[in-house]
Amino acid sequence: MIELAGVTKSFGSNHVLRGVDLVVPKSESMVIIGGSGTGKSVLLKCILGLVTPDSGTITLDGRDVREGDRDAFLARFGMLFQGGALFDSLSIWQNVAFRLMRGPLKRPKSEAREIAIEKLRRVGLAPEVADLFPAELSGGMQKRVGLARAIAAEPEIIFFDEPTTGLDPIMAGVINELIREIVTEMGATAMTITHDMSSVRAIADRVAMIHGGKVRWTGPIAEMDATPDPYVQQFIHGRAEGPIEAVR
Amino acid sequence: MGILAPLGALGRVTLGGLAAIGRVALFAAEAVSHLFRPPFYGREFLIACLQIGWLSLPVVGLTALFTGAALALQIYAGGARFSAEAVVPSITAIGMVRELGPVLGGLMVAARVASSIAAEIGTMKVTEQIDALVTLSTNPMKYLTVPRILAATASVPLLVGVGDIIGIMGGWMVGTGRLGFNSATYLKNTWDYLEFWDVGSGLVKGAAFGFIVAIMGCYFGMNSGRGAQGVGRATKSAVVAASVAILAANYLLTEVFFSA
Repeated sequence: MIELAGVTKSFGSNHVLRGVDLVVPKSESMVIIGGSGTGKSVLLKCILGLVTPDSGTITLDGRDVREGDRDAFLARFGMLFQGGALFDSLSIWQNVAFRLMRGPLKRPKSEAREIAIEKLRRVGLAPEVADLFPAELSGGMQKRVGLARAIAAEPEIIFFDEPTTGLDPIMAGVINELIREIVTEMGATAMTITHDMSSVRAIADRVAMIHGGKVRWTGPIAEMDATPDPYVQQFIHGRAEGPIEAVR
Repeated sequence: MGILAPLGALGRVTLGGLAAIGRVALFAAEAVSHLFRPPFYGREFLIACLQIGWLSLPVVGLTALFTGAALALQIYAGGARFSAEAVVPSITAIGMVRELGPVLGGLMVAARVASSIAAEIGTMKVTEQIDALVTLSTNPMKYLTVPRILAATASVPLLVGVGDIIGIMGGWMVGTGRLGFNSATYLKNTWDYLEFWDVGSGLVKGAAFGFIVAIMGCYFGMNSGRGAQGVGRATKSAVVAASVAILAANYLLTEVFFSA
């Protein structure tokens, strides 16, 4: 279980997070929604230690994420970045097997390659893709490779940062289905950031909406449409009129 | 207040400059502290050696060739004023191995390599590849910076050594082809007047310049701003900072090595 309490983060005078309280239960898929620039990505990066919060606590299974062996902590996570963040200088299979070729999870090269090809197959990519380089793939294929890399070491927790941004609706649907399947079959805890309401409905067990640097609403996906919260209603229906200013 | 305003501006620029030097120094100290601690990334080191050393050879070689040739002409023309044309081989060789070989070689590597490192790492930063490395339990300092520093520190002296030979050869070509020197005499004079420390000091300078180039490339890449403009600025800053630092370090090392 991931628990955030009173997490704040400012960049100069820009107060991005103003006291976020959030609980992500184990083996559940939590989707974070909210407008652009509301600190959703910063929140994920705070959990991973890529950004240091100014105050507040973040715990994983009751233990402060800043304590203990950092490598062991990170080994529990997989992350799909918004743009894929594939390493240009490495081939596709080397990207997917990156964690399996170094550090405590290191395996023989042939075994790492086999696992990479299996994970590529899992996300719907042919083995022939393995020896290509990221620049040779389309955006949708890069997302799939990023997804394969995120699950390669079978992590307990997977973060997805805007997994369908920049994809056509069909490819977005494919990625959403893949995420849902993988999270279900692996029994992983998932946190997804998205603006895409079709993603929310496809992926989420629970939803949290961030606005004004705080969690405005959180609850099961089944209750999202019925909530009277005007901020949530404006966001999920994409209305220009409402309490959220369209010009920020 | 009006009179003090320019002084205040000068003070802010000075403090900003000193703070920047401090940040680079801290970055360099952290990088050096990682040199001796595992894990070591051999593949990345070899790739960096190829990119920094081997692929810089043509530009460093051509620079040395033309510099050695021009140096021989200049020394001949200057020496003729007091009937000292005979010093062309020895002075060309000493000038190349002590100063021009390492400095021009270092500057050419700075232009080619510091820019390339800063652009590559800067692009990795803006496309979240550096963040991805961290989430994959890989320290970017160890994976990206250390191999490049080791490769540059090891390969630039080799480049300087090869550049020295090519530069002397450039002087020999002009000396024998244009200035009427006997080939054997030219080479004998070059060899007889060249001391071990002339060459050694140049190679030590080369190592220092290689270190500077890699540090500047990595520092500005890691601290690149967002977008294409941020990467462009980082690239430009890396080349300028590396070039200025090489010239400053050259003066300091020359003081240390050759002041009486």
